[in-house]
Amino acid sequence: MLDLMSGFVVELRNAGLPVSLTENLDAMEAVKHIPIEDRAAFKYALAATLVKNEQHWKAFETVFEVYFSLRGPEYNVLDEDGEIDEDSLEEWMSQQMRGMGGQGSAEDMSPEEIAEMLFRALMNADEAMMAAMARAAVTQFAGMEPGRPVGGTYYLYRTLRNLDLDGMMDRLMEEAQQRSDGDMTPLQERLEREEFENRIEDLKREIEAEIRRRLVADRGAEAMAKTLRKPLPEDVDFMHASREEMANIRKAIQPLTRKLAARLARKRKHKRKGPLDFRATVRQSLSYGGVPAEPRFRNPRPNKPELVVVADISGSVAAFARFTLHLVYALQNQFSKVRSFVFIDGLDEVTHMFQDEEDITNAVHRVNTEADVVWVDGHSDYGHAFGVFWENFGSEINSKSTVMFLGDARNNYHATNAWVVKETAKKARSVFWLNPEPKSYWDTGDSVITEYATHTDGVFECRNLRQLEGFVDNLA
Amino acid sequence: MGDTMFGDLTAVRDGLKDVDYLADDGIASVVFLAEKLGKPVLIEGPAGTGKTELAKSVAAMSKARLIRLQCYEGLDEAKALYEWNYKKQLLRIQADRGSETSSEDWTELQDDIFNDEFLLTRPLLEAISAEEKIVLLIDEVDRVEVETEALLLEILSDYQVSIPELGTIEANQIPLVFLTSNNTRELSEALKRRCLFLHIDYPQLEREKEIVLTKVEGISDNLAEQVARIVRSIRQIELKKSPSVSETLDWARTLVLLGVQSIDVEQAKESLHILLKYQSDIEKTAKELTVEG
Ligand SMILES: Nc1ncnc2c1ncn2[C@@H]1O[C@H](COP(=O)(O)OP(=O)(O)O)[C@@H](O)[C@H]1O
Ligand SMILES: [Mg+2]
Repeated sequence: MLDLMSGFVVELRNAGLPVSLTENLDAMEAVKHIPIEDRAAFKYALAATLVKNEQHWKAFETVFEVYFSLRGPEYNVLDEDGEIDEDSLEEWMSQQMRGMGGQGSAEDMSPEEIAEMLFRALMNADEAMMAAMARAAVTQFAGMEPGRPVGGTYYLYRTLRNLDLDGMMDRLMEEAQQRSDGDMTPLQERLEREEFENRIEDLKREIEAEIRRRLVADRGAEAMAKTLRKPLPEDVDFMHASREEMANIRKAIQPLTRKLAARLARKRKHKRKGPLDFRATVRQSLSYGGVPAEPRFRNPRPNKPELVVVADISGSVAAFARFTLHLVYALQNQFSKVRSFVFIDGLDEVTHMFQDEEDITNAVHRVNTEADVVWVDGHSDYGHAFGVFWENFGSEINSKSTVMFLGDARNNYHATNAWVVKETAKKARSVFWLNPEPKSYWDTGDSVITEYATHTDGVFECRNLRQLEGFVDNLA
Repeated sequence: MGDTMFGDLTAVRDGLKDVDYLADDGIASVVFLAEKLGKPVLIEGPAGTGKTELAKSVAAMSKARLIRLQCYEGLDEAKALYEWNYKKQLLRIQADRGSETSSEDWTELQDDIFNDEFLLTRPLLEAISAEEKIVLLIDEVDRVEVETEALLLEILSDYQVSIPELGTIEANQIPLVFLTSNNTRELSEALKRRCLFLHIDYPQLEREKEIVLTKVEGISDNLAEQVARIVRSIRQIELKKSPSVSETLDWARTLVLLGVQSIDVEQAKESLHILLKYQSDIEKTAKELTVEG
């Protein structure tokens, strides 16, 4: 167990999870109280001690499945040290081949038979049967051979293709219609469909898990974990985020903007004292027999700082802009005054679009369709856009403003008008620039980031949440 | 700590069920472990998913006294830990000055006014000095400032409080501690390391249905199932605020009062304001529910 656990924790760290020594010890203590056979409980107990961030749950679960899926009563093929026990493995494999005991081997089942059994299992939400059919399907369709250097997705794809789950969905809905004598309301139909979709998702997960178990048996946990490693949500590049990853990123932005607002407010706080705290002064005076020898002051009410955001939404940063707009939207709630501007070769204020729309999707849609950001040809021209900014809004920057520029500073070899940034910095409290490009690309090609950077309080590479958070933390 | 306070995992789950709290595998395991390891639990998750209720239910099931510290912005040591009752102290000083025997010297008076009689015990100190079994709920900890969070961490590490005028008070028993957070702010790494972590999300369909059946009087199995399914469906729509368990319960109660047997689209749409807070969410959902899945 000791070896298994330490291998497991090493892999969690490799996957990027920040497991401290104390947490590691807590986990070792925890597993003494919960039997490994109770797999769900065992998993949650480990998670409670090792994972302190919900965003890391998925990464944890993957590693857990790899390290512990071949343990427990059903698949006891790993010995104490996590090595594969050849005898039990053989027995397990042949069980897999036999498929569901008693009813003939999975090898003997025709694809039609599998489809039929699966249909019934899905219809009746029969979990045991679903799991059995998942195993049978993998045996039949995945075409797994030991030692082949193919990843799990390939086998998953082959299995699913053969199962025709879309066709299955139609059949399930038809059956449901019939059972209700054909008078389902649209609402009922929607709910029925969602229920089946859920069961099919469960089935897919079961198939994936089955494939993974066999791959682990074939290749060993360590190698398998390595192939499955994915960036943590905070390390996902904004530019290449999938839909699902983007949704995660959006969720994480809210607390971050709150922290940003707090940080900026705190910076002011240190400068002066607040009003006299009467109660505290009297309380203190008791140590001096009632003489108010040491006056106490309240913390000054932090001033809500004002924020000005100027964001590039051109094609070269399209994916970043998607993130930027969400960031701006979240910021809008945290600062008493936020003014937002977007630009390509022209520049437009979009503050009101964020204020009017309660729904972020609508706000983003309006920015993308209504903002007047094209001046000549819709190719980036920072110089011109900044010129417009200064001319129309420069007078409104004051010593309370924090200005944030967001963009890659790829200027298509136009004039930079860097003086706008310089003048802005003179008037504003602080000026920052967040650049979504890797540092190694800065100032290559048509990137002129340094020309702007020299006038700011700092330029930060900002390609993922971790870097954004780092920026916020460094403000203190 | 009593080694057998919670028996085994099943006992925890059943015990919670007996006090009308429906736990899933994750919740039951963490509660069980918290008692075994004597560690605080940090519960995080969206509002209205049963975080506060869990702490209360654990207290109820283990017949412990619940002490609650409700956090808010500006909560400080004086309100969380202890405070000297300075008004009473001042009166005492006044009385002393007025009396004949005012020759009493200052040290004596000081001893007099800095003792238990003048001490206002706040939840944290109360939990530590209690003799009986305690469940301490530190609710919505993400609302306090960093300084107060550091104070909490200190208490949860040492389970002792030192009062300069009185000395150090050590805990007679280690209370079972639950901290809840709606995650409006990142908590410090140190606090997270100290705690077991439990994320409570919206419940799975089956559990939500069970919660509805347990908490809503007179509801039929069929209606509870429909309620749970519709709520699940609505949670899949991207909204400003998804319905929480408490809103599910409110909605179910309303439907029972209205005598609804089976929910149709019109009834659903008319009562959406109970499930959803924002007008834009209500409109969006009404539209979604009308079109076929
Ligand atoms: N698992 C559960 N079992 C029973 N009731 C629950 C459960 N989860 C939530 N509830 C109910 O939902 C409501 C909201 O719970 P609460 O603990 O106040 O939410 P939170 O603290 O997470 O914001 C309460 O009325 C509670 O009774
Ligand atoms: Mg609560």
